[in-house]
Amino acid sequence: MLTDLLKWGSKRAEQPSGFASPAAPRADEPVMVSKALPKFFNLLAPRSAPLLLDFGPVVGGNVEFYGERLGCKLFIEDLIGDVDRHARAGTTGELAASFKTRFRHADGTVDGILCWDLFDFLDKASVLALSQQIVRMLRPGGVVMGLFCTSGVERSTYTKFQIVDEKNLRCRSHNGLGGARRALPNRDIIKMFEGLNVSESFLLKNNTREMLLRRP
Amino acid sequence: MWKRDEAAKPTPAASGPAPAPAPAVGQPPAAAAELRTSNYATEPARAIERSAVNIGKSVVIKGELNGSEDLTIEGQVEGKIELRQNVLTIGPNGRIKAQVFAKSVVVLGEVAGNVTASEKVDIRDNGSVDGDIAAPRVAIAEGAHFRGSIDMQKPGGKGLEPKPGDVKPAEAKPSATPTAAVTVTR
Repeated sequence: MLTDLLKWGSKRAEQPSGFASPAAPRADEPVMVSKALPKFFNLLAPRSAPLLLDFGPVVGGNVEFYGERLGCKLFIEDLIGDVDRHARAGTTGELAASFKTRFRHADGTVDGILCWDLFDFLDKASVLALSQQIVRMLRPGGVVMGLFCTSGVERSTYTKFQIVDEKNLRCRSHNGLGGARRALPNRDIIKMFEGLNVSESFLLKNNTREMLLRRP
Repeated sequence: MWKRDEAAKPTPAASGPAPAPAPAVGQPPAAAAELRTSNYATEPARAIERSAVNIGKSVVIKGELNGSEDLTIEGQVEGKIELRQNVLTIGPNGRIKAQVFAKSVVVLGEVAGNVTASEKVDIRDNGSVDGDIAAPRVAIAEGAHFRGSIDMQKPGGKGLEPKPGDVKPAEAKPSATPTAAVTVTR
């Protein structure tokens, strides 16, 4: 009788494993603490229906988060997808030109841009073309958030950043080809975003530099 | 003999045809959960019990579709769909080429066109939306496909007064440029 009861109890304890949420954290998906992300959202929150551009791929949880936190108009541009397409087609040289014509937003109309770590995977010409577009689109008071590696890597996979909460980002692997990561020195970042001010810069424990840039 | 008798006894799990809910009672919890979730849209299913309106796989509608009941579309619709007070479900076989206005929209099939909902747009696994979405809440499942912009402005707004010179050029031509062409995969 007692053993039956114990068995019954153990079955009940095992039950939740069968109902595991697909969003449950995985060992290969580390969570990093972000210092810039809460500041990014705090800067956008007072704005009425801000226009937000996300340069990363579509992540359902992020879309919900933006909606709840900002009530924004969102454009998911998925530039990582563009980079990946060009890499697969061997037309990476055309990427810079495509950035010049890709965005339909008028000058000074965008409130916030999430670049994630996109710049690490771009060549010089593409970095310049994209940063010029960002400066063009950003409205006065608008804010850009970027993550920059501090040391280059020959080959690296792309990362999908999933917002766990305002301070934590889950780094999920992207099924793209990946590519070389180039470290951009601070002075180059400041130069390429001429017209914007560096509002915050954090060096995280994982050697990622988070930067917030604002248009005065 | 003993063994034969025991085998002949009907067990609860193998009691032959039983009333619909009975098998779940004899099942382990995981199996019961599978039964509960096997229906692709549990909530719309409940709605169908209330007022079942279904457009079947073989039905093709071209024109304007208006109504005041929850609706599930498994066929093809081209034109405009208006169910402003109700839930619209695009089933896995549904193919919509239309502007959609509803209280809530659940997408399991394909939608090409702008979707406006006063409550929520829910793009489920394998669902696809090619167009701009306007709704206060938007959920995009892993494995869903979405291409367009999302306007999640709360009705009445929550922030400051509109900014001077607040231009929204992005609203001009939905999906005219490749804003997002993404399949959400895990």
